[in-house]
Amino acid sequence: MKIVSYYPGCSLHGTAKEYDESIRGVAEILGIELHELEDWTCCGATSAHSTDEELAINLAGRNLAIAEKENRELLVPCVACYNRFKVAEKEVKEHPEKSRFLYKGDIPIRYSLDFFCEDSILKELEKKISKPLKGLKVVCYYGCLTVRPPDLTGIKQYENPEHMDNLMSLLGAEPIQWSYKTDCCGASLVLTRTDIVKRLSGRLLLMAKEAEADCIVTGCPMCQANLDTRQDEIGKQLGDHFEIPILYFTELIGLAIGHKDVKKWLGHHMINPIKILSTKGLI
Amino acid sequence: MNKSSFLSEVVQASGQTIQACYQCQKCSAGCPIAYAMDILPNQLLRHIQYNHREKVLGSKTIWLCASCYTCSVRCPNNIDIAKVMDTLRAMAIRSGIQAGEKDIPLFHSVFLNNIKSKGRIHELSLLLQFKSKTKDFFKDAQLGWKMFKKGKIKIFPSKFGGGKDIKEIFNSFEKGERR
Repeated sequence: MKIVSYYPGCSLHGTAKEYDESIRGVAEILGIELHELEDWTCCGATSAHSTDEELAINLAGRNLAIAEKENRELLVPCVACYNRFKVAEKEVKEHPEKSRFLYKGDIPIRYSLDFFCEDSILKELEKKISKPLKGLKVVCYYGCLTVRPPDLTGIKQYENPEHMDNLMSLLGAEPIQWSYKTDCCGASLVLTRTDIVKRLSGRLLLMAKEAEADCIVTGCPMCQANLDTRQDEIGKQLGDHFEIPILYFTELIGLAIGHKDVKKWLGHHMINPIKILSTKGLI
Repeated sequence: MNKSSFLSEVVQASGQTIQACYQCQKCSAGCPIAYAMDILPNQLLRHIQYNHREKVLGSKTIWLCASCYTCSVRCPNNIDIAKVMDTLRAMAIRSGIQAGEKDIPLFHSVFLNNIKSKGRIHELSLLLQFKSKTKDFFKDAQLGWKMFKKGKIKIFPSKFGGGKDIKEIFNSFEKGERR
């Protein structure tokens, strides 16, 4: 059994509950034990790095120091937290004086999608697939921080990534190629400049619809929320109608391996995914 | 480059060679939010080169940037423009120059206060604290109710985490200490 430290981050205790539940569920079946990081705190997010560099480094760095003490690989499901950790890691390695926490940078910080796309895990996953997602047409939406900046994420194909598409093929789904894989959804502007988020997310919904996708797949709680929560408003604004489920890749893994809690996870979505999944005979 | 100039200050704080920008405009062409900005990213870099401190720090642009890094990865001169935006926002907050966007810096300060008092972000109290400042209680109220019914709203915050560390981090930030 593989044991990793797990930093859920604030969203996964609230709006991205189904992401947390599905990661835990899938990990268990794949024989990965998640050890929630002891007394973790917020990574600082956009607000810290928009305010003060040292504040951002220290809010992220505190968690990295704890993870290093636990001395295990650190699994991070929220890509925004992941970005803050990778930035802090780089800064602390280059300028240790900027950090008040001792952190050498010895443990691997892993974003969940990269982690689940690792060869050893894919091999294990392949053995567990009991209900292939036959006939499900998906567009993979990587968003920004999954791939950028490549010197921090290590993703070589940052303009046209394919690892999530390959994962979906493995699960038996049909990934459709589209040009919006890494376009921004508007991110944290959602509460302050909702108009911008509606415009950016609206374009993504429109393009997913044009690609005739049954759903959009993501690994970012912020992208998921921006795309899932405002389809009504966006549709009205564009004189269109959207009803595109926005699924976490972990939920689709759960579905393909026949996890018993899938319906519970899907029940948290604003756009109900069960409808389309049952017409495809997948649930 | 004059060592006390605005350009030099930004170059030093961001670690980015802003002088290298030759106005190819690739940053602005790829920026998803350029349409809403008052100064395009390439223009902003030019203004920095010209030491237009007030214009840059008072712009909407620095707050609207969503840190998507599209510009940073495409810049032929390897200027990490997203990082420059971070530097400019931090300078703008300290400068006292009126921010070009009202709600965004306000949101950041409410967000940081939420971390300071709770160690972790509690989405519901963050939202209510922000709304108590903007007085815009009705916006998204219906959406909030729908999300509540889907079990997406956590009513009570988690136990305070990392007490002493968080206090020290914020103390040092508020005193403006630099390590």
